[in-house]
Formats: sequence, C-alpha cells, structure tokens
Amino acid sequence: MELKGRAHKFGNDVNTDYIISGRHKFKTLDMNELAKYVMEDLDPDFYSKITSGDFIVAGSNFGCGSSREQAPQAIKCAGIGAVLAKSFARIFYRNAINIGLPVVECDTDAISAGDELAVDLSKGIIKNLTQGREIAVKPLPEVMITILNDGGLPAHFRKHGTFNL
Amino acid sequence: MGKTIAEKILSRHSGTETYANEIAVAGLDFVMGQDGTSPLAIRAFNDMGGEKVFDSSKIAMVIDHSAPSPLEGVSALHKLMREFAADKGIKLYDIGCGVCHQLMPEQGHVVSGDLVIGADSHTCSYGAINVFSTGVGSTDLAAGMISGKLWFKVPETFKFQINGKLGRGVYSKDLILYLIGDVTADGATYMAAEYVGEAIDNLSVEARFTISNMAIEMGAKAGLMRADAKTEAWLKAHSDRVSQPVEADPDAVYAKVKEYDASRIGPQVARPHTVDNVSPIEEVEGTLIQQAMLGTCTNGRLEDLIIAAEIVRGKKISPDVRFIVAPSSRQVYLEAMNRGVIQALVEAGAAVVTPGCGPCVGTHNGVPSDGENVISTANRNFKGRMGNNRAFVYLGSPATVAASALNGKITDPRRYVR
Ligand code: SF4
Repeated sequence: MELKGRAHKFGNDVNTDYIISGRHKFKTLDMNELAKYVMEDLDPDFYSKITSGDFIVAGSNFGCGSSREQAPQAIKCAGIGAVLAKSFARIFYRNAINIGLPVVECDTDAISAGDELAVDLSKGIIKNLTQGREIAVKPLPEVMITILNDGGLPAHFRKHGTFNL
Repeated sequence: MGKTIAEKILSRHSGTETYANEIAVAGLDFVMGQDGTSPLAIRAFNDMGGEKVFDSSKIAMVIDHSAPSPLEGVSALHKLMREFAADKGIKLYDIGCGVCHQLMPEQGHVVSGDLVIGADSHTCSYGAINVFSTGVGSTDLAAGMISGKLWFKVPETFKFQINGKLGRGVYSKDLILYLIGDVTADGATYMAAEYVGEAIDNLSVEARFTISNMAIEMGAKAGLMRADAKTEAWLKAHSDRVSQPVEADPDAVYAKVKEYDASRIGPQVARPHTVDNVSPIEEVEGTLIQQAMLGTCTNGRLEDLIIAAEIVRGKKISPDVRFIVAPSSRQVYLEAMNRGVIQALVEAGAAVVTPGCGPCVGTHNGVPSDGENVISTANRNFKGRMGNNRAFVYLGSPATVAASALNGKITDPRRYVR
C-alpha cells in the first residue's frame, strides 16, 4: 500500500497532551469530534490545514507522556495517513499499531515542511518527491507486523480470540 | 547469564528464560483502568468480541481524573464504566476513593514480583515495591481484560546508582527531578530503570513511590527497586497476598549505569514546559506564583501532606496565592484528618478538593488563568497540562510548594525545615 501526501513538520518531544488535550479527551468517545482539536496547543489551525492522507513528520520521542489512546485515534480521524518520526515513545507506538495508524521511524531531517512524500509501508520505502530522494525506514518488530496485517489488535482478537504472536 | 529485575519478572510470568530485546507473552497479576482510558477500553473490549473478563478479581477501574464529574459528557462515560464493572463483576473505585496509583498498592492489589498493566502512563509507580508495572493504552487494556495476558518487548535496564544521603529539606521528588534533568525526557526510552543505592534504601516506601512514578518522564517503561525489610513491612500492612520479591543478579547485564551522589543535590524545580527543564531552586527563587498545588499520584500521600503541613502550620499563605490540596486517597484524607494535618493546611488557607487527580490534568478543580504561574507537586508541566496553554507550571517537592504558597513566590524550603 502506498500513501501519498504532504509533510506537516513538528519538533522533538511532542507529547500526548499536545496531540489531544485533557480539556477535550475526557468529554467524549466521538473521535471525529476530538480530531478537530488535534495538536491545538502547538498550532491552533492545524486541523484545517490537513488534506486527507497528509503526514505528521516529527523529531524524536513523538507521543511521550500519557497513555491516552485518544492521541493516535484523533490523528487517524483527522485524516493523517501516517506519522513519521526519528523515534517514538513506547506507549504511543503500541497504541498506534493497535488501532491501525501507521508509524514510521526514519531520519526526518531529510524532510522539510510541505514536501510531497510517497510512503510504501510494505516495502519500507519513503520517497521524498519534492527533494527527489529516498529515505530508509527502520522496520517494525515482527509481532507488530502480525497485528498490523490482521488490521489492528481488535481484529487480531476477533480472529484468534487471544494473542497469537 | 544473570538477569535484571525486569528480565526475572517477565521470565517468571511467561514461563520462559527471557532476556532484553526478546518478545514475551506473559500472564498478568493485575489490570487497571481509569476514567480517561477505560471508556475506550470498554469499546475495544466489545469490538474484540469480548464477553467475560479473564478473572474479575484481578481487574479494577478507578474514577479519579474527573471526579466528581464536571460535565455531562464525562458523566455519561462514568456511567458506562459503572455499568461495565457491575456487569463483569469487577471492582470499581468511584469518586472520592482516590487516585488509581495510590489505590492499587494501598488497597493491596499489587505485591512484589507481580506483573501489572494499567491504562495510565504512571502505572510504573508500583516499581517502588518491586512490581513490574507499566502503562498501556486502552486497546491493550481490553486485550488484557479478555486474555489475562499481554505481549512485552523485554526492556534493557538503565541502572541508577544513588550513593550518599539526601540533605535537610531535600526529598525524593528533588532526586527524581534531578535525574530526569540529567538524562532528559527520552534518556531511558524503551528501558526499565532500576534505582539502587544508599539514598534509595534510606527512603520510606511512600517516598520511593514518587521516584518510580516519574520513571515515565525519562521515557522508561518501568521504575524498579528491590524489596527490602521496609517494603515487606509496608506490604504486610496493606495486602493479604503473598509476595514473591525479585532481586537483580550480581552479573545482570545493564544497557547503562550512572552514579550519583545524593548529598550534592539540593531542592530542584522543573520549569515550564517540559519535565526535564530542571534547575536548582536558587535559579528560580523569587518567581511570583498565583497557585500552589499539593497532591497527585506523585506527591499526595500522607507523608507529603505532613511535610507541607509542618511548613505552613500556624502561618497564613500569601493572600495572592490559591493553595489547592488533593489528598491521594480517602484513606490518606482520613488519616491526615486524624492527625490534624488537614486542620493545619486549611487553617493556613488551603482549599481541599476531592481525593483524586485534582487539577493535575486540566479538567477541573483549579484551572489557572492566562499568564499565571503555578507551583505543583505533580509530575508533568506541559503547556496546557492544567487546562490553560497560556499558564506556566513549575514542579517541585511538597516542601517547596508549601514554602512557596506562604511567600507567593518560589521559595527554598530549607528556610523552614530544621
Ligand atoms: S494525578 Fe495526574 S499524573 Fe497522576 S494519574 Fe492523575 S492525572 Fe495522571
């Protein structure tokens, strides 16, 4: 599967409070409603700038802080195709895979804001179409590939009834 | 080959000999969710085709983050939790019981050697009593409730060797802030932290929880300590369960080891807007504050309230400061009342709110205004954390918060502690 879209750049240590604030997340289970507030404390207009399929491109330790799964859910529901970062905090990384939001570890210094990207998840290749270069991807652990291929953890459980890794 | 505490607990619970970087599917001793994460977990539970939970006596849900409910939407989610818990026969701690991370150990649910998951990032707190406990998201919580298991990547371990003794007016909060400032917010990502040494041994079990609680603020998956005689006595007083403490082998392999001298560390403050933005208190002393907050899963225990009460007893807080106190549980609240601790705090001018998370996560109970400064005993000071992204949150020990409340500005507590 190839994803295509533009890069929205963020810095290091983007925590889950910034992705979706506690002000909003306790109120509702409606993720489309929460999606409107994604990254609000870093960029109040972020939601309106997203074209479906775009990428969040960040520095290191993306998704640090709380365990709220509303964070990857809100990103996904806002239309983001994948998150690319130098590294991820571990709870966010697990949550993203569990709910089927692709997360990609790579050297994001090779991407500038607004760059047009093509990401091939199965082949593990990112093409920076604007700059005309390829970026290497750090592969996902095997258990995570199994869960992603099943369509996320709920689908994995529907299929097997328990962990089958 | 020798094993770390993390490797031993994960080996025992997966029935394999497992080492760092391997994947283990392991059985869980306890599973916990709170009101910010359980509603989504209930949805995932149903989505997974879940019917029964694996063992209703090994699961608890806690309503602590927005308790009592400040909004209609929150009330609906609380109701969903109550109905689910009643239907599955699992324990629900309703409003006023306290913060989840206080309740799990205090109510005897977790003991040394356990493997525990909680849908809250500060679940790492119970490492202080030798539990491998870690935060997960809602879908992992649902999977745990159904199967009683979870997959883990066995973490490498970062050993923090803390020699020497903490000085007068310096607490476990200052120590952990110092360590986070030193290794930074992702200094231990994907790793388990092991805290050892004289300074740790000298701390009370209550004070140790503060250190393990903040392991996540350096990216760690767990914040482990060995179980000693103090741990054993503490567990006897809180749980009927048999504990199986685990020690690291002398030849265990560590990814990193760092040594510190506790006697050289003074009071520390984390400045806005990151937890690793730490400086010695001298560098921020005198900063005006409008709100002081004592409580949370980091520092809302009896010992913390006593430390603060001793500083403000018989005095009045600054008229320019709101001083909010949230005891971490009903039991803490009652004990603090019995001992005159609440009396001293309230007489000095504190406003006590329901045991629970209080204003920590910005849902209610004390949202600061634009441009205001807050000094808090919490574990996070992210922009917007307390509900207003134009406010500034500083983190310090209960003593620092109490001394600052008296003066209306960040104050070195050593002036008040003999
Ligand atoms: S007190 Fe604060 S940090 Fe602790 S569980 Fe509650 S919201 Fe989270």
